[in-house]
Amino acid sequence: MSNPLSRRNVLGRLGALAAGLAALPVVKTAKAAVQKVLVSSNAPKGYDPTKHKWVMAIDINQCIGCGSCVEACKKENKVPEGPYFRTWVERYVIEKPKPGSGEARGQTHVDSPNGGMRGYPELPVAKEDIQHSFFVPKLCNLCHHSPCVQVCPVGATFDAPDGAVLIDPKYCIGCGFCIQACPYGCRFLNPVTKVAEKCTLCYHRITRGLQPACVEVCPTQARIFGDLKNPIPNDPIQEFYAKHRVSALKAHLGTEPRVLYAGADREVQ
Amino acid sequence: MSGEITNVVVEVMPHFEGFVYPNEATHHPLWSVLIVLYPYITGLVAGAFIMASLVRVFNVKALEPVYRLSMLTAFAFLLCAPLPLLFHLGQPFRSYQVMITPHLTSPMAIFGFVYAWYLMAVLLLELWFDYRRDLVEWSKTTSGFKGVLYRLFTVGVTDTSEQSVKLDHKIGHILSIVGIPSAFLLHGYVGFIFGSVKANPWWGNVLMPIIFIMSAMVSGIALCVLNYMILTWIRRRTVDMRCLDVMGMFLFYALVVDAAIEGLDWIHRVYSAEEGFQLMQYMAREKLFYTLNVGQALLGTLVPLLVLGGLQLFRHRVSDLARRRMYFASALLIVIGVLAMRWNVVIGGQLFSKSLRGVMSYKMEFAGMEGWFMAAVVLALPFVILTILVKLFLSEKLPTTGVGSDQPAATPA
Repeated sequence: MSNPLSRRNVLGRLGALAAGLAALPVVKTAKAAVQKVLVSSNAPKGYDPTKHKWVMAIDINQCIGCGSCVEACKKENKVPEGPYFRTWVERYVIEKPKPGSGEARGQTHVDSPNGGMRGYPELPVAKEDIQHSFFVPKLCNLCHHSPCVQVCPVGATFDAPDGAVLIDPKYCIGCGFCIQACPYGCRFLNPVTKVAEKCTLCYHRITRGLQPACVEVCPTQARIFGDLKNPIPNDPIQEFYAKHRVSALKAHLGTEPRVLYAGADREVQ
Repeated sequence: MSGEITNVVVEVMPHFEGFVYPNEATHHPLWSVLIVLYPYITGLVAGAFIMASLVRVFNVKALEPVYRLSMLTAFAFLLCAPLPLLFHLGQPFRSYQVMITPHLTSPMAIFGFVYAWYLMAVLLLELWFDYRRDLVEWSKTTSGFKGVLYRLFTVGVTDTSEQSVKLDHKIGHILSIVGIPSAFLLHGYVGFIFGSVKANPWWGNVLMPIIFIMSAMVSGIALCVLNYMILTWIRRRTVDMRCLDVMGMFLFYALVVDAAIEGLDWIHRVYSAEEGFQLMQYMAREKLFYTLNVGQALLGTLVPLLVLGGLQLFRHRVSDLARRRMYFASALLIVIGVLAMRWNVVIGGQLFSKSLRGVMSYKMEFAGMEGWFMAAVVLALPFVILTILVKLFLSEKLPTTGVGSDQPAATPA
């Protein structure tokens, strides 16, 4: 008869206990991963995230700085009043160089009061002293290597298979690490729900065949939205890529943004 | 019309110069004073434990009088280490998720495990093995509530045979050896939380974990110096000057390495002058002038370096009283200087926009979760716990045995 407290038995049981304990987080993580897609995405039933690859592109030359997109986003996504924005528009004013300064260009002024939602104050320089001025809409850059996803301690924010970077608001612990890690200032801590929030490309709309609110209201097609896996005839996003040379924001950080800009100046970061 | 708008802008955003991303225009930084205290307290734990390990692992006999006090200090502070984090979370009741569904690429996810390991597997166990024999003795001689507590702490193990005590020592020694890398891990990882943020040029730095570990050692040893001197003063005992001199020596050498590494960091920043360097310069000159140049560099590093360094050379020409005062003053300056360093890292890293085009200001409030009062409470709590621990485990009335039994209470006046 074997001794119930033999070395073999005890070691075996301890091993099983350790394996069980080690497997627990794996199971929970797997469950959480499934939940993320099912629960938090606001997607309708039957929506298959693996069959799409959503993306947005920005044509800076088209933006007139009307701020409609910012307002539409705030309304559509119930973004709280105050310094909280899923999208915003920056105004750049680059002065001419001072005569005899030997410089190629003058000072750069950037502002985005209230995200550009209510327009901009008077120009900081006289019109004749301006070399360039333009508007730059900003949103989540949909990075290939998202630092925000990397640093989340619980995995509440994640890369959806369809290209969106989403947050599970029921799961986020509100530590703010992702907000610190986003190089583009695209995230904020919602003062009401106390969890991190960001642009989702209006996930509840795009999964139902609609366009993001900002794209819908843009009067000049400065924002181009599309599905890279399902090109349509005369697809605006494919036309955009064919027509423009593009750049990404803060490319040196290696985040590889999927949101590409046409007509960005070197000052735009 | 445009004039009106300008006024609105000034009203809404009074704390900014230049351009900051709209989401950064909040009233106070996302990680405020509580997150300053978090690495500070964790650092004190790691430092105090390393200090105690000098006795156990490196057999520095002169430090025996502070061994138990250092261990209790580390324990008291470790109990409070997760509090500032917890209070700071937007959803504190979900904090357990970090333990049950950790996201393994996150530097923050492992904190729960490192913390639990350090608390349960290292500190608590080592303390218990250190005190086991004493607890058995005390539980026999003490009555009332204290006696019940001691009995509870023995966990029913009352064997005080020579063999069992020998085993206690052996296990304690092993735990201490395991504890040193654990302490480094605990705090180095805290440094990595900041060092890993590449979006922030003030933080994203390969040296950050090492800087954090070294400053932790410095602050922990300094805290032990202060605690030891204050305890002997309260008990009207004399300070063991040999012990104090040795502590001063270790404090000095740790400070030399710490200052060298932080200096190296700055030299590299200045020389490479990468993107955003002008902003860093502006921060050092304006926004962080007092906490960085005066608090951290001058008072927290340079002055103690000179005083402690001078004492290494001319110890025998300085009277005991003068030495005590110099050690106390240096330790106090270091403890404050390291707090300033944590402030400079955590708050400094959030006083400029990630657009690198503007800066924010931060004025601390008094009340509220992120105010002065809360910070003072969180910082005072470990001292309250330490007082209770000292009353229970470093009582003058109870005889002690084993490592560090030559404690302040036992040194006669």
